[in-house]
Amino acid sequence: MKCFKEHAGWRKKTSGMLFFMLCCGMLRVHAQQADSIKTRDLREVAVTAPRADREVNPGQKMQAKELERLGSHSVADAIRFFAGLQIKDYGGIGGLKTVDIRSMGTNHVGVFYDGIQLGNAQNGQIDLGKFSLDNMEEIALYNGQKSNIFQPAKDFGSAGSIYMTCLKPKFAPGEKTHLRGTIKTGSFGLFNPSLLWQQKVTDKISASFSTEWVNATGRYKFRYRKLDDAGHVTYDTSAYRKNGDINAVRVEGGFNGILNGGEWNTKIYYYQSERGLPGTIVNNVFSHVDRQWDQNIFIQGHFRKDITKHYSILLNAKYAYDYTRYLAPDTARLYIDNHYRQYEMYFSMAHQYILTKWWTVSASGDFQWNRMDADLRNFTYPTRYTTLTAAATNLTFSRFSAQASLLGTFVSEDVKLNAGAPYQQQFTPAVFISWQPLPSPDFRVRAYYKRIFRMPTFNDLYYTDLGNNLLKPEFAKQYDAGITWNKTWSNGWLTQAAIETDAYYNEVTDKIVAVPGDNQFRWMMMNLGKVKIKGLDVKASAVWKLFQQVNFNTKLTYTFQRAQDFTDPADSFYGDQIIYIPRHSGSLILGADYKQWEANYSFIYTGERYNSKENKQKNYVEPWYTSDLSVGRQFQLQHTRFHITAQVNNVANQYYDVIYNYPMPGRNYRFIFTVNI
Amino acid sequence: MNVMMKQLRNTVLPIAATMLLFTACRKGDSIVPPEVTPVDTAHPHAAYNGFYLLNEGNMGSNKSSLDYYDYTTGIYKSNIYATANPTAVKELGDVGNDIQIYGSKLYAVINVSNKVEVMDVTTTKRIKQIDILNCRYVTFANGKAYVSSYAGPVLIEPNAPIGQVLEVDTATLTITRKVTVGYQPEEMAVVGNKLYVANSGGYRVPNYDRTVSVIDLNTFTEIKKIDVAINLDRLKADSDGDIYVTSRGDYYKVPSNLFLIDTKTDAVKKTFDIPVSNLAISGDTAYVYGSSFSYITGKWTISYNMVNIKTETVLNKNFITDGTENGIKMPYGIAVNPGTREIFVTDARDYVSSGTLYCFDPSGKKKWAVTTGEIPAHIVFVASSK
Repeated sequence: MKCFKEHAGWRKKTSGMLFFMLCCGMLRVHAQQADSIKTRDLREVAVTAPRADREVNPGQKMQAKELERLGSHSVADAIRFFAGLQIKDYGGIGGLKTVDIRSMGTNHVGVFYDGIQLGNAQNGQIDLGKFSLDNMEEIALYNGQKSNIFQPAKDFGSAGSIYMTCLKPKFAPGEKTHLRGTIKTGSFGLFNPSLLWQQKVTDKISASFSTEWVNATGRYKFRYRKLDDAGHVTYDTSAYRKNGDINAVRVEGGFNGILNGGEWNTKIYYYQSERGLPGTIVNNVFSHVDRQWDQNIFIQGHFRKDITKHYSILLNAKYAYDYTRYLAPDTARLYIDNHYRQYEMYFSMAHQYILTKWWTVSASGDFQWNRMDADLRNFTYPTRYTTLTAAATNLTFSRFSAQASLLGTFVSEDVKLNAGAPYQQQFTPAVFISWQPLPSPDFRVRAYYKRIFRMPTFNDLYYTDLGNNLLKPEFAKQYDAGITWNKTWSNGWLTQAAIETDAYYNEVTDKIVAVPGDNQFRWMMMNLGKVKIKGLDVKASAVWKLFQQVNFNTKLTYTFQRAQDFTDPADSFYGDQIIYIPRHSGSLILGADYKQWEANYSFIYTGERYNSKENKQKNYVEPWYTSDLSVGRQFQLQHTRFHITAQVNNVANQYYDVIYNYPMPGRNYRFIFTVNI
Repeated sequence: MNVMMKQLRNTVLPIAATMLLFTACRKGDSIVPPEVTPVDTAHPHAAYNGFYLLNEGNMGSNKSSLDYYDYTTGIYKSNIYATANPTAVKELGDVGNDIQIYGSKLYAVINVSNKVEVMDVTTTKRIKQIDILNCRYVTFANGKAYVSSYAGPVLIEPNAPIGQVLEVDTATLTITRKVTVGYQPEEMAVVGNKLYVANSGGYRVPNYDRTVSVIDLNTFTEIKKIDVAINLDRLKADSDGDIYVTSRGDYYKVPSNLFLIDTKTDAVKKTFDIPVSNLAISGDTAYVYGSSFSYITGKWTISYNMVNIKTETVLNKNFITDGTENGIKMPYGIAVNPGTREIFVTDARDYVSSGTLYCFDPSGKKKWAVTTGEIPAHIVFVASSK
């Protein structure tokens, strides 16, 4: 039986490799085709996908200008202003920050960095607190998937996706070099200098280099306070968060090139950090000594070209190495010093063919290899081979457009020790439609359906004394219907307004949950959970011109989520709202520009939640809301531009926990000084 | 500029005001009152007034809590500590591991909070907090409390501290003596002038400890290590001067087991070959359950059994006789009321939601059940002060 299993695994793997080799073969054929059509003018077909408001699934975006105005420290802080998502924030500069889109769970979120997904086969989560806004051009969130059929198969593979796109060099005529230096400092002992350098190499090739150092003590005051029935304070204690220090360096660089009817880029990324893990604040224990070291390296390349008027090709490749060391040196507790190493290789090829003016088809194939080593006792040493194939089609008429895709996922695993997970094969569809019911293009109605799954992570499957190699994938089904309306006016005090609303229903089945073993230090992963989610996202934005020189931006989001646990009617929490998901949440951004001045007010609201499965008073978590204020000014000295920003965050000095027993900082300050040459 | 300011005022202030209105619903974090549930008829003249139940709470949640059942009223109150001690910062603490009564004082060992909370038995009000790192269990003799702790001195291996037992004077509530025992000591019992300590070695997987330490209470030194089996956990003395000690096994090949130590010879007298996670001795019977887990099969098997402690034989009979055990997801605690002989079994269910306490009459039929805190685990009976 074992022999057969191994054999079957090998067969699937080889089929994956064969598929990939087939793609390579095709690449060679197409490259030859490309040579033969070199002379043709390809500018006309350079636009390959419908853009902006014509997107079937427009997503939510924040651009560099807006990100700068917001002045957030990390991608995680900025992304809180999107509707339909919740950040799990363990607090502080170095604290883990992961994102949960529409209550389906962190593992259902795909995070892409410059077009290629960031992997974490170990636990399936990406810490968005690690990613700086310093060199970001755009952050985008897509529910379902990005409405682009010409993309790697992986881009079809998550329930929701976040795309981080780094600044691409854009040179005005005569410009050759851009240099930008930034220093951020303020609360938490933060010292955060960064440098961005963009260089024009040739007319068609540019280089960019970005580096950053984050150093902070992570020290901040927190406060816990309790009241009795009569509202009298029974205890009120303040302390400083300890062991929250971070020392991190990021270096990245690459080349961007333009081709005739195409583009390419390469990138190398390096991140290294050492941080303290401040841990939980519980009775009588207010500090911890645990530490973590990380190292992330990846090299990736991207190539897209229109080969003929109808046919285009897209290639992506990546190699990544991730290292984590976790040290728990408390002599009174279990001593842990674990090292984890993950390796990933990824190749993708996508083809698009424009059949008619209104009909496009695409096919893509990805192959990915993941390996993990850890010095855990009795560790399994898994290697995962994933082949993804996607076929997609796009129909665009003047008032109606639609996209449909089918993703095939084939996963097999090899292990050195213990038993490996059986071969998995899944086919998952997605359909998106968008319709303009009126002659005016201002108003559109759209809907989508998507069924997708997430694979059990290496931790789920193989973590010593916890993993369960027989886990099945966890499925998420999404139904969404929404409207978009936007309008621009050339004169008057309101120049632009937009409203977008989505109502959705999601179902997560075979949810992977930890089930206790015979004492509370032993757990086992099982496909047990079932969650149904009804939600509503509202996004409204407007641009105002209140006075000749004053521009106002307003952006408002509101999210309603009823996410209920329907695992087992015998459970005391059957039908209860799931942990940490508020029913109501929202955000507001008010931005104003006046000559060289800019001001920003932002507000986040998270309604009442529960910190455990049962919706009982003992698990109740109060709403929290923070207001952040910032004021900035630009100066120009000949060709050098200066920018100074001062920020006060959590102005009302509200103390709250996002994750129970992980206190968040109260009022804090930040100063940002930028020089552009 | 003035116009702009006015415009600003006209726009920003109303929005900010709306926001404040919108968010005025933060009431302030208040003390969670007990959940009160009537479960039985009042027994005003019971030999035991009631019992305390300590809920462990999932690690890191700081949700250890105390429940009290009052026989004289038939009322069960869950989560009484915070109301009785409203000034205790962050309440009772993280992972309550043991609860005992000695004299008029109630001792709760709160493992992750590194303390023994000493309270008044009748009022549940804090008398003193004794800080002991990684403390596990408590037992008493001759006016002294003995607390086992994983955090002994750092000896041979810097990364695997050996365990110790601390002696606490119950009058002054101060630590008087310390003795080094085995690795990660768990339950203890006193027979005669000797303290027996079960050493687990749980931090040293797969090199578990396999001994019971014998401590002479006069000299407070370890006089013997009895080799028993790996990963020892529970340890209870019976009325005949014998000690029942359980092994958790290794969750792979070595199963959980029950052993008997003769305190006259300080040697293992008998191996029962039944899985035991927890036991309670009352009269001539040890009531046991085993929830043994195997990573090889990926399953855990739950069994209930009884041992006759006079004949030292396994009865191979479930003490629950009405089928209630089928509804128990994860048995976690067991106790027998010395007066009424009622048997109590707690169900920790999924460890992260409220558990259940079942009360069975001596014939094993369910009398009542009640919702408890998270991970109900340890029960101590309060004798009537007549």
